[in-house]
Amino acid sequence: DCPGTGSGQAGRAVACQGCPNQRLCAAGAAAPDPAEAGELRERLRGVKHTVLVLSGKGGVGKSTFSALLARGLAADEAKQVALLDVDICGPSIPKMMGLEGEQVHQSGSGWSPVYVEENLGVMSVGFLLSSPDDAVIWRGPKKNGLIKQFLRDVDWGEIDYLIVDTPPGTSDEHLSLVQYLGAGHIDGAVIITTPQEVSLQDVRKEINFCRKVKLPIIGVVENMSGFVCPKCKNESQIFPPTTGGAEKMCQNLNVSLLGKVPLDPLIGKNCDIGQSFLSEAPESPATSSYRDIIQRIQEYCDQHHFQEEKSI
Amino acid sequence: LAGRSNLAGVQHVLLVLSGKGGVGKSTISTQLALALRHSGRKVGILDVDLCGPSIPRMFRVQDSDVHQCDSGWVPVFVDQDKSISLMSIGFLLEKPDDAVVWRGPKKNALIQQFVADVAWGDLDFLIVDTPPGTSDEHLSTVEALRPYKPLGAILVTTPQ
Repeated sequence: DCPGTGSGQAGRAVACQGCPNQRLCAAGAAAPDPAEAGELRERLRGVKHTVLVLSGKGGVGKSTFSALLARGLAADEAKQVALLDVDICGPSIPKMMGLEGEQVHQSGSGWSPVYVEENLGVMSVGFLLSSPDDAVIWRGPKKNGLIKQFLRDVDWGEIDYLIVDTPPGTSDEHLSLVQYLGAGHIDGAVIITTPQEVSLQDVRKEINFCRKVKLPIIGVVENMSGFVCPKCKNESQIFPPTTGGAEKMCQNLNVSLLGKVPLDPLIGKNCDIGQSFLSEAPESPATSSYRDIIQRIQEYCDQHHFQEEKSI
Repeated sequence: LAGRSNLAGVQHVLLVLSGKGGVGKSTISTQLALALRHSGRKVGILDVDLCGPSIPRMFRVQDSDVHQCDSGWVPVFVDQDKSISLMSIGFLLEKPDDAVVWRGPKKNALIQQFVADVAWGDLDFLIVDTPPGTSDEHLSTVEALRPYKPLGAILVTTPQ
């Protein structure tokens, strides 16, 4: 019996031998089935704005940015914010939000997100591990299955902003997210980079990925953009932008540069201890950069909503 | 398997791993290769980061092409000395900014080819640079390399 083209067994089950579609299925059309995608979108009907945080490159500050974006948006108590961490191999969000050791609870209406504040809920595979050092060594199809569960089984409720933190790359997790959520239902992607060419070359691929799957790009954030010494106030380029940094790349590719955030050791420190850098270091130049960027993202989402309403 | 395996002339296989991205795996792989060359060794680097291949640019050979020979693919030599050779998906892309948007099974197929079909010749060390995570690429690489008894893995991190 055909396991279904969307199943993890697609192309690999005993019944697949001799099926004309076997090669295609086995080559990884282990992709979401459109009927399921429809069902998921129903489940997420209460979500007003969805923002994906992406980067081709690892270690540039996606999770850091996602956490601060969520906290920044949730500072307005009238807004309901949700942060979904789909980095299944390296989930950083629980630690950054001070939620390590928390467990996910089930209720009649689904899985309950873990709440940092009344208006800020978080979900991550990190909450499902029995120990924080457990390695999740899963191949693509199993990762897709969990992402689907997060979108289908978490009881998000009515949310103003759903922020989705992703792992580096352009693979299963990214494809599945866009396919399950539907590119047309995502307000856009915020793409994170650092100034050096080794990062930019991966980020250009990410920009091309977004264009390929018709995912709007809200803009690019350049992290680790210079360091001002707190003692002598001299500025250093720790990661020199040898090819013009994000600014040049954005000009060349016609995407918006949302802002540049300088290095501040307090950012990493607060992430490690699960506190909000924005609250703990309100005077840091990095804080005002983050706040400006968050505001631009909010403005983009408000405009997007307005345009959607107009078209209805 | 006809004839001699492409890895038969490789003395030691080393993997460079980290759970985390952006900690310097490719940088360390590159510097390690250069240091080994400096001490008179022949080194190859196999870059199995299919989404974000950094190795070609680190040796300034990002515009090189890969050619075929009887035993498979010829690795890209970094200079006339031929003491460092490389293989990466970066050499196979038509345009450097093309995104490789593949799901696991397709990535696995290429990694198996990379391990079996690159004609490395005689090497003192083959360094395998990996992407962040613990997923398809890592499982496939370890499975494909197992018969060649890798020396071990170097794990890279940053302090936080």
